[in-house]
Amino acid sequence: MRDRAIIWSGLAMFLLFATFPFWHNLSAAVTSKGPNPVLPANARQCVAPVEYMKTSHMTLLLDWREQVVRQGRREFTAFNGQRYNMSLTSTCLEQCHSSGKAQFCDRCHDYAAASVPCWDCHVDFKSTLRSAK
Amino acid sequence: MSQPKPEQLVQIQYGPQPRDWMDPAVEFRKGTFCYSALAKNLNYLGLPNARDWQPFDEDWKLPPDWKRIILDGMKERLEKFRSFRLFMDICVRCGACADKCHFFLGSGDPKNMPVLRAELMRSVYRRYFTLAGRLLGRLAGARDLTEDVIKEWFYYFYQCTECRRCSVFCPYGIDTAEITMIGRELLNLIGCNINWVLEPAANCFRTGNHLGVQPHGFKDSVDFAVDELEELTGIRVDASINRKGAEVLFIVPSADYFGTPHYYTFLGYLALLHEIGLDYTFSAFASEGGNFGLFNSHEMIKRLNAKVYAEARRLGVKWILGGECGHMWRVLHQYMDTMNGPADFLEVPVSPVTGTRFEHARSTKMVHICEFTADLIHNGKLRLDPSRNDHWTVTFHDSCNPARAMGLLEEPRYILRSVCNRFHEMPENTIREQTFCCGSGSGLGTDENFEMRMRGGLPRANAVKYVHQRHGVNLLACICAIDKATLPPLLEYWVPGVEVAGVHELVGNALVMRGERPRLTDLRGEPATQAEAVHA
Amino acid sequence: MKTSLSALSLVLAIALAAAAASRFVWLLPLLAVALPYGTLAIFLAGLSWRVVCWSRSPVPFRIPTVCGQQKSLAWIKSARLESPHSTPGVVARMALEILLFRSLFRNTRSRLEDGPRLIQREAKWLWLGALAFHWSLLIILLRHLRFFVEPVPKVAVLLENLDGFFRIGAPVLLVTDVVVLAALLYLLQRRFRDPQVRFISLFTDYFALLLLLGIAATGVWMRYFARVDAVAVKQFVLSLTIFAPALPKNPGPLFFAHFALAGTLAAYLPFSKLMHMGGVFLSPTRNLANNNRRKRHINPWNYPVKVHTYEEWEAEFRDKLEAAGLPVERP
Repeated sequence: MRDRAIIWSGLAMFLLFATFPFWHNLSAAVTSKGPNPVLPANARQCVAPVEYMKTSHMTLLLDWREQVVRQGRREFTAFNGQRYNMSLTSTCLEQCHSSGKAQFCDRCHDYAAASVPCWDCHVDFKSTLRSAK
Repeated sequence: MSQPKPEQLVQIQYGPQPRDWMDPAVEFRKGTFCYSALAKNLNYLGLPNARDWQPFDEDWKLPPDWKRIILDGMKERLEKFRSFRLFMDICVRCGACADKCHFFLGSGDPKNMPVLRAELMRSVYRRYFTLAGRLLGRLAGARDLTEDVIKEWFYYFYQCTECRRCSVFCPYGIDTAEITMIGRELLNLIGCNINWVLEPAANCFRTGNHLGVQPHGFKDSVDFAVDELEELTGIRVDASINRKGAEVLFIVPSADYFGTPHYYTFLGYLALLHEIGLDYTFSAFASEGGNFGLFNSHEMIKRLNAKVYAEARRLGVKWILGGECGHMWRVLHQYMDTMNGPADFLEVPVSPVTGTRFEHARSTKMVHICEFTADLIHNGKLRLDPSRNDHWTVTFHDSCNPARAMGLLEEPRYILRSVCNRFHEMPENTIREQTFCCGSGSGLGTDENFEMRMRGGLPRANAVKYVHQRHGVNLLACICAIDKATLPPLLEYWVPGVEVAGVHELVGNALVMRGERPRLTDLRGEPATQAEAVHA
Repeated sequence: MKTSLSALSLVLAIALAAAAASRFVWLLPLLAVALPYGTLAIFLAGLSWRVVCWSRSPVPFRIPTVCGQQKSLAWIKSARLESPHSTPGVVARMALEILLFRSLFRNTRSRLEDGPRLIQREAKWLWLGALAFHWSLLIILLRHLRFFVEPVPKVAVLLENLDGFFRIGAPVLLVTDVVVLAALLYLLQRRFRDPQVRFISLFTDYFALLLLLGIAATGVWMRYFARVDAVAVKQFVLSLTIFAPALPKNPGPLFFAHFALAGTLAAYLPFSKLMHMGGVFLSPTRNLANNNRRKRHINPWNYPVKVHTYEEWEAEFRDKLEAAGLPVERP
């Protein structure tokens, strides 16, 4: 019957779509190596343990924003007693992560397609300057 | 027989139910079920397990291997009907259909919710045809097939009029009529059927019509109508029977020439077809458009329907015209061509009066009289005096099958607006595709089932009551023979003061015929309209 | 009540078992490798088998449920969507049905008042709840492509951005996460509150809802509160898709609860009412044109039946036909 052809092609399309990750990743030779953010060359320790930073840096940054913008406090005491000026641009990016947004933040964020609301307000100086030149 | 009063009947409890529906329980209370089919009718049609029994008997005298018969029957139908298999599988029990069924609304019996009516069958399907049901049983909503389940099927599948209203609201289009039809087919395999379906079917098989009218009786009825029309209008019309070489074969439900108020519609047809000079003939063999096979089995539909094309071929007509009937048109529109076609010996219907080609019927070659008449009126071929219907304030009841199987919604309305001056629609959610059933369709219109019919008809009657009180509606027009038979007692019960008529009765009233005498009465023989009386 | 509680216990048991099992390294291969491959295989094979089963049963008759004016006379406007007479019309009707739940939109609620007055009122909540749930679920599924495909497909990025339109907090709040939970809770409370729906509800009805609720809740918990390492999750998932499974570095119990519940759903779907996902496309009352009298529908198993022929009829009633003066074939 005519409609069997339609039903079976519909089913085939669904199966093709449902297995898309498999055949796409296999044919594009994707590996599970993960992203490679460019890490700071000289600094060894972040403001919090790496495991914490991996999953929760966004809450730390939101907390910094709260402290600085709403409460006027700028000093942050890290878990190991070290003190930092709470600033995404001038502390994180200038002191350690000089590779910048594109080579540090975006590597993982693009990998997991996690949106970065930081840059809705903050300006990524490096790329802005580069494009200005 | 003492019947419950409307005030008692309307005390309906929709509230929560104490029992789990999975435990089969059914009480055959007088007034809520139909009697069993007589053995002679089963024998005549060659159906199995003919015997003397009644639903309220303890022992239903089922054949010894009834369980295997039912399960084999289910298996066969699962393989033959995608609708059945699909509708067994995909219901999510969202409950959208629950309060759409007139039998649920009128009885409050939860097993009359379409979803649960189907679950009565689904639970058995799951138990014997699905892995989950076989393994998990009740947890998967499965239950064993027992005699009590069969009794429940009988009670509730003969408490569904196959009106398909629930199917309009179902997000997957699950059609309870489809499940009920298959349920009745299965019951039929073990001889559990009702006489109000089987007797008309047996009559129809033998004589050509449900009422068992034999050819000479048919001729008498037609002749009598011709005489009566002459008395009313002064015009003698010619209504031939079994005449070869006519252009059109005209097939009507048998009640049209034998029942009241159908009969006035029949007079309307005769007047109309004479006035336009259509070359048509009736057939005493195909003297029934209705098809009670629809309420028995797919095979019986085909067996009873075969005569339509056979007779059209024998008489050598060009095409077929069909009268006002509901389930007849479900069969003609959705089943006939597939079952007994192709009708390649007929021609695409063309109205000889207007020249309109009925392209939409180009394969089946059968046209509904409302389509035919609407075309005549639209082309200005009829002289109509709508004031002759001024004693009627009219509303229109969409019969289930013309509405939900055909989409015949505007044609009858167009005709009514042309032939009467006072027309009011019932509330929106009760007409057109959402129309409520008369409560007596699909072979349930018998007197022993009176209470259930009144319950099932409550939603329809209640909408009529609304326009009766608001606009003074005193006539319910419809295009279904079962409606015309069962709505009068229904309205008498719930809305006294509203009569029932076919659309073509009103056409016959309004039709100004060439050479007619001034009409002193309408087709019912009642004095002509007050308006004319005042002017005179 | 009993059925809903047993459904709840089953969902909780699956989630807790998975979470507990993730603590034992020796169970990880089972949980992180056997479970996803196994459930996916059951899902794909089961679903295909069901659809093929349906396709093997023919549609013997053209039985559309017509919900509007037929196409008949040229001057009467036909309802192209509610009573389609051609294939494009059918496609449009099906699209409306599948994408916007047209039939559910018609829903009414009836009430019996004194008089008696039986009133049918519009009732759109079920439609809204169902639509909100299904669309959210679809968007959420597509968003999950970010974990399954590298580089992330543009559509997933776009949906993520649209979904996070309001830019609330970090991780950005996604609207569908809220909507899917709200809609599921609405659908669930309906099953308890509405006496009719409660009466018809089976174990599977509660189980499906609670399972979805469990998946959504663990997902939301992971994203906003427990904050699982998304990069590690993606690495793990990618490794599965290239058939080189690498156990995740820091398996969170919550992640495995989510993972196991989703696997359960996939494996359960083909054997449950959730197959309405595929079935809705095949419903013969919706996917056929109302052109019955225009075009003949073929029934593949149409078989000859015993009929009463004209000749038999004439023979039986010959005397009466002749007495009444009706013409006969064989005088």
